[in-house]
Amino acid sequence: MLNIMTIDWVLWIIGAWIALGLLGIVALHKFALVARVFFPLGAVGGLILAYAAARALVSGRVESKQLALGLPSLPFHLRLDALSAFFLVIIGLASFGISIFAAGYFRNGEGTAPGLLCLEFHFFLASMALVLLADDAYSFMVAWESMALTSYFLVTANHRLPKIRAAGFLYLLIAHIGAIAILLCFGVLQANTGDYTFANMRAQNLSSFWASAAFLLAIFGFGAKAGILPLHIWLPEAHPAAPSPVSALMSGVMLKMAIYGLLRVCFDLLHLHIWWWGVVMLALGLITAIFGVVFAAVQVEMKRLLAYSSIENIGLLFAAMGLALLFRSYGMNALAALALTACLYHVAGHAFFKSLLFLTTGSVLHATGERNLGRLGGLIRFMPWVAWLALIGVLASSGLPPFSGFVSEWLLLQSFLFTPGLPQPFLNMLIPIATASIALTAALAGYAMVKFFGVIFLGQPREEKLSQAHDAGKFEKIGMGWLAILSIGLGVAPNSVIHLIDPVTRGLVGDGIAHNASANGWWLVTPTSIARASYGPLYFLFGVMAACAVAFVLVRLFYHARLRRSAPWGGGHPWRNSRMQDTAEGYGQPIRQIFEPFFHLERHLPKPEDTEPEYSVAVSDKFWEGIYMPIARATEYVSAKVGRLQQGRISIYLLYSFITLLVILLLVPTARR
Amino acid sequence: MTFTRALSQVISVVTPLALAPLLLGWVNQVRAWLSNRKGPGILQPYRMLHKLFNKDSVMADTASSLFRFAPYAIFGCMLLANAIIPTLSTDLPLASAADAIALVGLLALARVFISLAAMDIGTAFGTLGARREMLVGFLAEPALLTVLFSASLNGKSTALATIVEAVVHRDFAIYPSLVFAGMAFTLVYLAENSRVPVDNPATHLELTMIHEAMILEYSGRHLALMEWAAALKLFAYSTLGIALFLPWGIGQRATPSSLLLSLPSLGLKLVVIGAVLALVETFSAKLRIFRVPEFLATSFLLGVIGMLTHILLGA
Repeated sequence: MLNIMTIDWVLWIIGAWIALGLLGIVALHKFALVARVFFPLGAVGGLILAYAAARALVSGRVESKQLALGLPSLPFHLRLDALSAFFLVIIGLASFGISIFAAGYFRNGEGTAPGLLCLEFHFFLASMALVLLADDAYSFMVAWESMALTSYFLVTANHRLPKIRAAGFLYLLIAHIGAIAILLCFGVLQANTGDYTFANMRAQNLSSFWASAAFLLAIFGFGAKAGILPLHIWLPEAHPAAPSPVSALMSGVMLKMAIYGLLRVCFDLLHLHIWWWGVVMLALGLITAIFGVVFAAVQVEMKRLLAYSSIENIGLLFAAMGLALLFRSYGMNALAALALTACLYHVAGHAFFKSLLFLTTGSVLHATGERNLGRLGGLIRFMPWVAWLALIGVLASSGLPPFSGFVSEWLLLQSFLFTPGLPQPFLNMLIPIATASIALTAALAGYAMVKFFGVIFLGQPREEKLSQAHDAGKFEKIGMGWLAILSIGLGVAPNSVIHLIDPVTRGLVGDGIAHNASANGWWLVTPTSIARASYGPLYFLFGVMAACAVAFVLVRLFYHARLRRSAPWGGGHPWRNSRMQDTAEGYGQPIRQIFEPFFHLERHLPKPEDTEPEYSVAVSDKFWEGIYMPIARATEYVSAKVGRLQQGRISIYLLYSFITLLVILLLVPTARR
Repeated sequence: MTFTRALSQVISVVTPLALAPLLLGWVNQVRAWLSNRKGPGILQPYRMLHKLFNKDSVMADTASSLFRFAPYAIFGCMLLANAIIPTLSTDLPLASAADAIALVGLLALARVFISLAAMDIGTAFGTLGARREMLVGFLAEPALLTVLFSASLNGKSTALATIVEAVVHRDFAIYPSLVFAGMAFTLVYLAENSRVPVDNPATHLELTMIHEAMILEYSGRHLALMEWAAALKLFAYSTLGIALFLPWGIGQRATPSSLLLSLPSLGLKLVVIGAVLALVETFSAKLRIFRVPEFLATSFLLGVIGMLTHILLGA
C-alpha cells in the first residue's frame, strides 16, 4: 500500500463485494459457482479489509474522501478514523469465517436462489462497511437502510414459511422505527444549520436540553437495532428464522453497528456529557443483560437461546458504555478509557464467539434437521468437530478464563471496582449493586451455555435419527475453526488487542490504557498497576495444561491406567432410555421457578381425574402482552376509524385536498411572522 | 534468587496437593466423633485415593472423549486455584498471574467441566446433578465475587496478595464490611464444597445428592482425580477464607524458610476450621433443594451489603 490511502482499500473491498453480489445475479442458479467461488472470494475480501483497517488503526491517520454519489449537491462524505477502523477490523475478521462457512452451508433449492442470496449477503457486508465510513447523516442513513433491507431479505431467505415472513416483518418494522429516531437525532445534532455532515455536527455546541434530546433519540434508535429492552423483541424471532450464517452475521456483526453508532454520537459528535446519561445507559444495560440471560436459560430452541444471549451481551456493552459516559462526565478520562476498552474488547469477543455458536447451530440443523433442544442430544459422538468447536464458543461466551469473554468481563469488573471516587455519593451507592448484577449475569450466562452445550452435544440422542448425523463439511470446519482461533486468541493475548483499542479510546475520550496494561510484560494485563490488579491468561492455559499433563503421566507412571468399557451404572437401574435425561425445559426449570415474575407462563397441569394426563408449560415474553399487543390493537383500532374517511369517491378526496391546502395557507404566514 | 523463588512456588503448589486429603480426613474424623462413631482415621482419604488409582477404570460405553478429559481438567483447575491463593506467602512468582476475579473464573471453569462431564453419559442422575450444581453455582459465584469485592475495596486492589497484606498491616479491629463479607463467605463455603445444609458428601440418596450424582459414573483413576480435586477445592476455599479474614502469620517473602515458618500457623487454622465445619454440619439439617436458592441469595445479599457498608462507612 505505497501511496494508496487505506480508505481507498476499504472502498475497493466494498466495491468488490458489490461486484460479487451483482455477479450473483448473472449466475442466479449456478449453485456450485456461487457457493464454491463467490463466497470464498468474498471471504478473502474480508481478510484484506481487516488487514487494511488494522494498518490504519496502528498508523493513527484520519483519512477522508468525498464520493460524488447520490444527489448532485449531496456527495457522500467518507471518513476513516480509529473508531471506524476498529469496527472494520471486526467486520473483516468475522466475515471471513462466516463467508467461508456459508460457502459450505447453503444448499441448492432452499428458499431464495443461490445467486440472489449471494447478492444480498455481499450487499449486506458492503453496507455495513459503508455505515462505518459514512461521515454525513445522508450517506449514513443510506448505508444504514441498505443494511436493514438486505438483512431483511436474508432473514426471509426461506420466505415460503409464513412464520419466517412474520419474523422478517417484525424485524423490518422495529428497524425502521429505530431509523426514524436516528434520523431525528441527526436532525437535532445539526442544530438548524442545514448542514448534515458529521464535521458540522461536531462543531455545534448544543444546549444541555437539545444534547439530551439527541442522546435519548440515539439510545432509542440505535437501541432498537441493538436489541435493548423493550425493543429486543425482534431478536428472538429473526435469528431463528434466518439461515445460520446470516444469524451469525447479524448477531455477531450487525448488532455492533448499533454500538458503533452510539459511540459515534455519544463520544464523538456530542461534546457535552451529563452524568445522568451514563446512569440511564448503565441501568438500561443492566436490566437488559439480566433479562436476556434469564430468558436464555429457559429457551428450548437453540437459536432463540443464542438470540437471548445476544440481548444479554448487548446489555453488558451498554453497561460498559454507560459507565464510560459517567466517568467522562466527571472528567475521569483514564477510567472512561478503561470502561470503553472493556466495551470494545467485548464487542470483538462477542462478534467472534457468538458468530461461532450460530454457525455450529447451522451445522447441527443441517445434520439433524432439528432446532428444538428437546429432540437433540449426544451429538458429540457423531459430530466431534462441531462439538469441540462449539465448546470453545460456549466457554468464551460463559466468560471463563482463558477465553475471550473473560478478558472483557474482567476489564469491566475492574472498571466498576475503580468507581468509588465519583463525586456523587448516591452514584457510589449504586455501583456495588451494578457490580453484583454484572457478576450475576456472568454466572447465569454460564448456566445458559452449559444447558446449550450439554443438551445438544452430550447425553444420549433423544431421537433415533440423530445417530445418522454427519460432521460438518470442509468449508464449515474452516469457518468455525477460524472463529474459534480468534476466540482463543483474544483470550490469551489481551495486550495485543488492547493496543489495537488504544487509538480508539484516545480518539474518543483522550486517554488509553495500553501503556499501563503492558507495563509488566506483554503476557500480563495490568490496567493501572501490578499491585492493583493483574491477569496473565497464558499462565492459566499453561498452568492447567501442565497440571493435566503431569497428572496424566504420573498416573501412568505409578499405576496401571487400565480401562474397561461397560454399560453405564446409572444408580443400578436395570434399564434406561434417552427420555430419562433432563429435557431442555427441565434444565431451565430452576431458573423458571426462581425468576417466575419475569415470565409470562402458560401452564397446563392435569387434574386428578384425568385419565390421560398431559403436562405442558410455555414461557413467553411479558413485553408482548404488556407493550406490543396493546400498541398493535391501538393501531388496528385507529386504522379502522381512519378507514371511515376513505369513502372511495373522487369528489370526497378532492375535498380533503382542498381543506388541507386551506389549512396550510393559513399556517404558513403565522410561521413567517 | 530465582531458584529460591521457583522453589517456594513449587512448595506452595505441593503443600495443598499433599495436605488437601488430610484436611478432608480431619473433617470426616471430627464428624464421626461428633456422631459418636469411632471414625476411619484422618489418613483414610489417602488410602482411598491409593485404592482408586489401583483399580481399573470402568467407563460407560457411551462416554465421549470429554468425559475422559474432564477429570484431568478439573484437577488441573483446582491445583492452579491453590497455587494462586496466597496460602503460605504473599510474595510468589505466580501471584501476579491471577487476581480474585480470575480465581472465581477458574473455579467456574471447573464447575462447567464437571457439569458437562455429568451430562455426558445421559443418565437421569448425571443430568440431575449437573442442573443442581449449576443452580448452586450461578448464585454462589456472584456471592463469592461480592465477598472478594468487599475485601478488594479494603485493599484498593483485586490482587489477592495485596488484599492479604492490607489486612495483615492494618490495625486489629472489627470492620463492618468484612463482617458481612465473612458471613456471606461462610454460606458460599458450605454451598460450594457440597456441605450439609446444601448437599451431603456422605449421601447417595437420589433426592438429595448434588456432587455425588455428578461423579456417579466415574471409577478408578478418574474417580480418584475427581475426589482429589474435591479435596483440593475444600482446601482452596479454606485457605481463601484464611487469607481474606485471618491472614496473620502468613509469610511475606518468597523463600522456602519463610514458607515453612508459616506452615504451623496455617495448620493450626485449618484444624480449627475443619472442626468448626464438622460442627456446623453435625448441627444443621439438609435444606430442601428449593430452599437452596434462598440460602445462597442470602449470601449474595450479605456480600452486596458488605460492599455498601464499605462505601458508606469507609471500613
